[in-house]
Amino acid sequence: MRFKEKIYLSLTALATLIIIGLLSYIIFDILKNGIGVITWEFLSQPPREGMTKGGIFPAIYGTLVRTLLMLVFVVPIGVFTAIYLNEYGRGSNFSKWIRLAINNLASVPSIVFGLFGMGFFVLFLRLGAGLLSAALTIGILTLPIVVVSTEEALRAVPNSYREAGFALGATKWQVIRSIVLPQALPGILTGAILSVGRGMGEVAPLLFTGVAYYLPYLPSSIFDQFMDLGYHIYIMTTQSFNIELTRPIQYGTALVLLMLTLSFNIIAIFIRYRMRRKRS
Amino acid sequence: MNNKLKIKISVRNLNIYYGKFLAIKNITLDIPERSITAVIGPSGCGKSTFLRALNRMNELLPDVKTEGEVSIDGRNIYSPDVDLVKLRRNVGMVFQRPNPFPKSIFENVAFGLRIQGIRDRERIEETVELSLRRAALWDEVKDKLYKSALELSGGQQQRLCIARALAVQPQVILMDEPASALDPIATLRIEDLMRELKEEYTIVIVTHNMQQAARVSDFTAFFLTDEDRAGMLIEYGNTSDIFTMPKDPRTEGYITGRYG
Ligand SMILES: Nc1ncnc2c1ncn2[C@@H]1O[C@H](COP(=O)(O)OP(=O)(O)OP(=O)(O)O)[C@@H](O)[C@H]1O
Ligand SMILES: [Mg+2]
Repeated sequence: MRFKEKIYLSLTALATLIIIGLLSYIIFDILKNGIGVITWEFLSQPPREGMTKGGIFPAIYGTLVRTLLMLVFVVPIGVFTAIYLNEYGRGSNFSKWIRLAINNLASVPSIVFGLFGMGFFVLFLRLGAGLLSAALTIGILTLPIVVVSTEEALRAVPNSYREAGFALGATKWQVIRSIVLPQALPGILTGAILSVGRGMGEVAPLLFTGVAYYLPYLPSSIFDQFMDLGYHIYIMTTQSFNIELTRPIQYGTALVLLMLTLSFNIIAIFIRYRMRRKRS
Repeated sequence: MNNKLKIKISVRNLNIYYGKFLAIKNITLDIPERSITAVIGPSGCGKSTFLRALNRMNELLPDVKTEGEVSIDGRNIYSPDVDLVKLRRNVGMVFQRPNPFPKSIFENVAFGLRIQGIRDRERIEETVELSLRRAALWDEVKDKLYKSALELSGGQQQRLCIARALAVQPQVILMDEPASALDPIATLRIEDLMRELKEEYTIVIVTHNMQQAARVSDFTAFFLTDEDRAGMLIEYGNTSDIFTMPKDPRTEGYITGRYG
């Protein structure tokens, strides 16, 4: 019995160690090889000389803009969906189906989103391949994150607040607007930030929806094509004419992307932590 | 029962079901204006269910069915043309656990006005002060109106909830065991407050505490469950009569402590 306990303990500890080890190795490797590359020029200049020199500014710009654009769509739609599911349609069959659909959405491979985005946004809606189509496509992919965390946040608002509101003659929407949402705000924010962290690093959904190998200019409208950090790493490691020569750029780009997504996740964790502490 | 008093709430053949379960059965009683009516009875006999029928709060739960009639000032509140928002403004409610919003003391009391679209700063301030005074809380909070309501003690929070209910100028106030989470001193303060409020309001209070019912109420309704666990009204009358010469042996049994 005691022996068995020990085996399980070691197994779980080992699994944890493997994860921590892998993660630290990845971060350490990228940091070691990438840190030297990151200069102001690298961050603020476009690539030069067949992308073997210069910086990655257009890719940073493209990633940030498409992510921001994604937020503009995902947050309202996700929040309203969650409000519907948790406040209006609680327990109804319709919301059960929606919830099922959303959970399934979360498990669709991201390349499928890319194909869907091309079929639906680029071709069917004729939005063309550009920032908008890409943002919408990534948006569908991150929608479940926003819906689920908003729902969680709404559920955490005690029912006694809602009852008090109704008893004072508030309408359902007034209760949601002025009691439930303010309480749920940190949770909603966390969801939004997590969706940014997730969406930023995705590449597959961009492939057919507007990402470009190289652009001599920055996109000037939401219908323009754009460069992207994740995609930049991908092409530099697979399609650059001299992969060894551009290795530092690859590491530098990876480090920038890692820092961006990591910082968003850390902000989300921080908000969540503050929220928990406030509640207890 | 005293015939001189005007009837404020009149309940006729009220049945309430949770799904298939009949929680209260065939309740008929009249609640006089500007008085305190206590509802007493053992746990699970449907006191809260009855109370929540008077401002239609049961409807917030899924699968609740209400039959019968509840009239306030002669109008059936269950008729289809009743505006729930107006009804609940007219019939305020104080809950068992103090449930102030996680907002400032001021905003808690102002809430009912704000949702009515009232913007007039002066009018809101006046109403907040008046309501807090009426709830006997003003002196304790006047210097920290913009502090969080959650920093108040339990008894203060409950008086804040009363002030919040008063601010929308209801005529009826429903209280579901408003003092059960409070210590004896805070309880006595709430009871004093109720005695003052009945000059202007019709108060219906649910309580487990028989001394409390005897101390504050003018009328008492005694509920008990039947063999199917459906709550019934056993006896209703002047509080002094119910406690000194109950007509029904079950009432006597309860007030002398023979049931839980
Ligand atoms: N939401 C609900 N769903 C199903 N049954 C319920 C619900 N609320 C109450 N009941 C049932 O209805 C009956 C009456 O409940 P109610 O809360 O009105 O009793 P009560 O007299 O207020 O009890 P207590 O003194 O414990 O507060 C109980 O049998 C209870 O189990
Ligand atoms: Mg109760």
